[in-house]
Amino acid sequence: MNPTEPLLSVQNLKTYFFLDEGTVKAVDGVDFDVYPGQVVGIVGESGCGKSVTIKSVLRLTQKPGRIVEGKILFRSQRVTDADSGSDVIDLTTLDPHGKRMRSIRGAEIAMIPQEPMASFSPVHTVGNQLIEAIRLHEDVSKEEARQIAIERLHEVGMPNPEQRLDAYSWELSGGLRQRAMIAMSLSCNPHLLIADEPTTAIDVTTQAQVLNLLRSLQKMHNMSIIFITHDLGVIAQVADYVVVMYLGRVMETGPVDDIFHNPLHPYTKALLKSIPSIYSPSGTELPTIEGSIPHPFSRPSGCPFYPRCEAFMAGVCNAKDPELQSINERQSVSCFLYEEKQMQPS
Amino acid sequence: MDKIRQDERVLLEVSHLKKYFPIRKGFFKRVVGHVRAVDDVSFSINEGETLGLVGESGCGKTTTSRAILRALDPTDGQILFRTESGEIVDLAALPEKEIRPLRSQMQMIFQDPFASLNPRMNLLDIVSEPMLTIEGIKSRKERSERVAELLRLVGLRPEYMQRFPHAFSGGQRQRIVIARALALNPRLVVADEPVSALDVSVQAQVLNLMLRLQRQLNLTYLFVAHDLSVVKHFCNRVIVMYVGKIVEDAPTDELYFRPRHPYTAALMSAVPVPDPRIRSAMTPLEGDVPSPANPPSGCYFHPRCPYAVDICSQKTPELEEISPDHYVSCHRAGELELTGVVDPRQAQIG
Amino acid sequence: MEPVTDLDVGPKDVHDLEVAETIEDWTGAIGPGLGPVEDAEAINVAPNWKLVWWRFRKHKLALFSGVVVIVIATVAIFPGFFATMDPHGSRSTMSFVPLQRLRFFHDGTFEPFVYGVTGARNPETLRMEWVTDEEVIIPVSFFVEGFEYKVLGFITTNIHLLGTAEGPTEENPFFLLGSDRLGRDQWSRLMYGTQVSLSIGLIAVMVSVFLGVLMGGISGYLGGVADLIIQRLIELLQSLPAIPIWMALTAALPRDWSVEKTYFAITLILALIGWTTLAREVRGRFLVLREEDFVVAAKLSGANQRRIIFRHMVPTFSSHIIAAATLAVPVMIISETFLSFLGLGLRPPAISWGVLLQEAQNLQSIALAPWLLLPGVAVIITVLALNILGDGLRDAADPYSH
Repeated sequence: MNPTEPLLSVQNLKTYFFLDEGTVKAVDGVDFDVYPGQVVGIVGESGCGKSVTIKSVLRLTQKPGRIVEGKILFRSQRVTDADSGSDVIDLTTLDPHGKRMRSIRGAEIAMIPQEPMASFSPVHTVGNQLIEAIRLHEDVSKEEARQIAIERLHEVGMPNPEQRLDAYSWELSGGLRQRAMIAMSLSCNPHLLIADEPTTAIDVTTQAQVLNLLRSLQKMHNMSIIFITHDLGVIAQVADYVVVMYLGRVMETGPVDDIFHNPLHPYTKALLKSIPSIYSPSGTELPTIEGSIPHPFSRPSGCPFYPRCEAFMAGVCNAKDPELQSINERQSVSCFLYEEKQMQPS
Repeated sequence: MDKIRQDERVLLEVSHLKKYFPIRKGFFKRVVGHVRAVDDVSFSINEGETLGLVGESGCGKTTTSRAILRALDPTDGQILFRTESGEIVDLAALPEKEIRPLRSQMQMIFQDPFASLNPRMNLLDIVSEPMLTIEGIKSRKERSERVAELLRLVGLRPEYMQRFPHAFSGGQRQRIVIARALALNPRLVVADEPVSALDVSVQAQVLNLMLRLQRQLNLTYLFVAHDLSVVKHFCNRVIVMYVGKIVEDAPTDELYFRPRHPYTAALMSAVPVPDPRIRSAMTPLEGDVPSPANPPSGCYFHPRCPYAVDICSQKTPELEEISPDHYVSCHRAGELELTGVVDPRQAQIG
Repeated sequence: MEPVTDLDVGPKDVHDLEVAETIEDWTGAIGPGLGPVEDAEAINVAPNWKLVWWRFRKHKLALFSGVVVIVIATVAIFPGFFATMDPHGSRSTMSFVPLQRLRFFHDGTFEPFVYGVTGARNPETLRMEWVTDEEVIIPVSFFVEGFEYKVLGFITTNIHLLGTAEGPTEENPFFLLGSDRLGRDQWSRLMYGTQVSLSIGLIAVMVSVFLGVLMGGISGYLGGVADLIIQRLIELLQSLPAIPIWMALTAALPRDWSVEKTYFAITLILALIGWTTLAREVRGRFLVLREEDFVVAAKLSGANQRRIIFRHMVPTFSSHIIAAATLAVPVMIISETFLSFLGLGLRPPAISWGVLLQEAQNLQSIALAPWLLLPGVAVIITVLALNILGDGLRDAADPYSH
């Protein structure tokens, strides 16, 4: 696989929810690329559309939600494009329940869900579910699938994998269940792993176990990972590249080091300043972002962040939509502060 | 013993607090065992101080905080509280009727602002409830004047008084919860994960508000949380709990940078630092937290402890003062050299 | 005390106005299904029952069912006004008269009337056979005087919604829904039957709601031994097969009891068995609510038990109870109909839907006079309407359920 070409390229994706009360633009023009072997962190607060974005990529959005515009280009090894025969497929053109999408989902793009307890059936053993998942996508015998399952469980650091194969999910502790879930999503050697807040529901020591495991698995298989979280600490620890979202739009993208040490967008800057640091002295006030996240029905016009922005420019930010554009060779920002700087010299 | 009687500054002293939940089985609901949610916990809080209570889920921190306010009845132990008049009462021993008048002096802020406000009541009724029930102020006008003042105090508009909770966002609701807690000028406020349900950008607002209110009103906080960065930022002193017991109790900086208990050290090193240049090893603890219904012998942490020796599985360690104001319950606390949070200066050199 | 600066509005004076608009306008997480956002402030200050109503009225079918239920309830309250004849008056010569369709226009003018019928005895079967006689026009008018009845049991009047000018006679019969074996007007009997059947359903549900909330409340709030006993009692009652128990209990009622006495006895029997499901629901709600943060908060705010139960807990599930009760009424109506149909419930001269359907018990009368099955249609409409209404109420009361 060519590492210089993106494995996944999301272009101008728009996913809207059509409710009686009005249209919620949950994802409103999102662009980002995922390269082979890269860990992309999508970070944002509630309502920023990060979960809807990945649901759209997996084609799992449900009514009344619908992808209204945009492309999700994925470099597949199992499916080729119906018309051109190319291996780059626009997932938005596939039937979400069709055979082609199903052979990509789970096999080439796998997902670790937020709640591992709800993702296992309580009436089947972990092993049976793993074996079934493997045989769904791979043409192997039951015995071979069992061997692969043991190998996968071993890989994720499950003690005594042969025995755990016959355990039920509720017999496992939280940490082991999370590991079993990861083994399950890795069962078919996916090229892209999507982790949707995989550590929000668990404690910090278990979180450290899971993050370490994901780091080492990523290196071992050279997978790409999309890591979704609201925790900036987690992002700093695992991601190579960061996408910052706010109210359905991408505010800023860039390599993790630039995002944390040279943030450009006022939202990224304010967000980083407002998190309590383990190094800041106790009992001091934090810089804050004023106001609250607007309700999805009353999104501000123009830049969605302008009502809370320190650098608000009347007549500009609330009048036009800023475009996401690259500022230097690494970072892209959607903010008029930088648009002007670029426009002036030209 | 009874520090509160000797030291004027102590507002609350908890000693040997226990809360066991019976495990019942069978048709006749016979008690077959106990979940030791809080298992012999002792600590004290000085007036005006912010004490953090941290630990992983199931460690008993929430149960401890609720038992102190007598939202739960403790199984055993004393909760000594210095009332406004200077008298020292044992909250654990008082019947509910005698607690009620004291409730004005101790209040609670809850984790989920969507669950802690009655959806059927408007702001005026919610915030003024303690005025009605404890002080017996029947006059709606008087109550609404005081509610208006409280709403202004927490940064909300008094005009909102007629609104119902559904009209507010999470951060605004948490302000309402705070206003209710402050309604009768409490001295002790127990905050149970007050910001963990809020968005990052709103968290800081609420934390700042709580800090300002503490300075203005000389509040004492017992701050229960699992987010170690928030606790580090907010508290003067921190207690770490593990399976219903206190493992360490120390001033914040000392606890974070020079922990003396292996569990605290593990907890600190697991915190993901929001800086990609400090990619900590995050040396994770192996294994899982034991069940408080069936804890291991000796020190509850010994099965996961990298420093465990024979004595750890045989004898339960006592909480002892290892240096001034620093309490640890570990047999080997004196000999271990532990590191806590990665020191940024060292990390950047490396 | 120095107030903290108003943090609800934005940081910059220059755009304070816009901020106020965008942040003030948003309507919070009211939950789905409120329809196009109304005046935002109206929603902000709307108590729960208003929100429930706003959601309910979006459910058109339930709204329509609500109207149907209101119409049926009006009939149940004023059956005499809607009846055209004395429901007990029998005319031996006019048995099994078929429906006389009400027509509104005569020669292009609005002039309601029915055609007359003439009867002749079939010489072979010796039965009366009725033929519509289009020559005879019997005018019908509104608000006519007729037999005397009492409104709500105390105001005596003789005004009826519909009637023929001189009242029905042998020559000018007026049977909107036909007549039965004894020549009684089925329309009028249906009106009176509605009153009895609906009120039995309603009263039985009210009694079982009372019992259910009381027992469920004790069980859920107090717990312990009381909970244990009540739960076992509910299990016992639910394990008994309902139909044989009803049959046994009603069969045990003395035959010589008056109509009123039987009526109340039946109501009680239905209620005594019906409260168990409601009690379980209430108990469940109490168990959940007892742990809710806002109930703990009320306790910490110094509220006593009575205030916690009646100010905080009961209002939270009252809309669910109303919905559950609405859904229980049709069950009660069916049960009553069923018991009376079997002759175990109400007995003539009482009139209920079940009693009316008793007339249609044999094949012969169905073949000869199929209109005797019409009370069954009334039962179906009522039960359907109440069920849809109950479903709509339940959905409106709990927008987060799906």
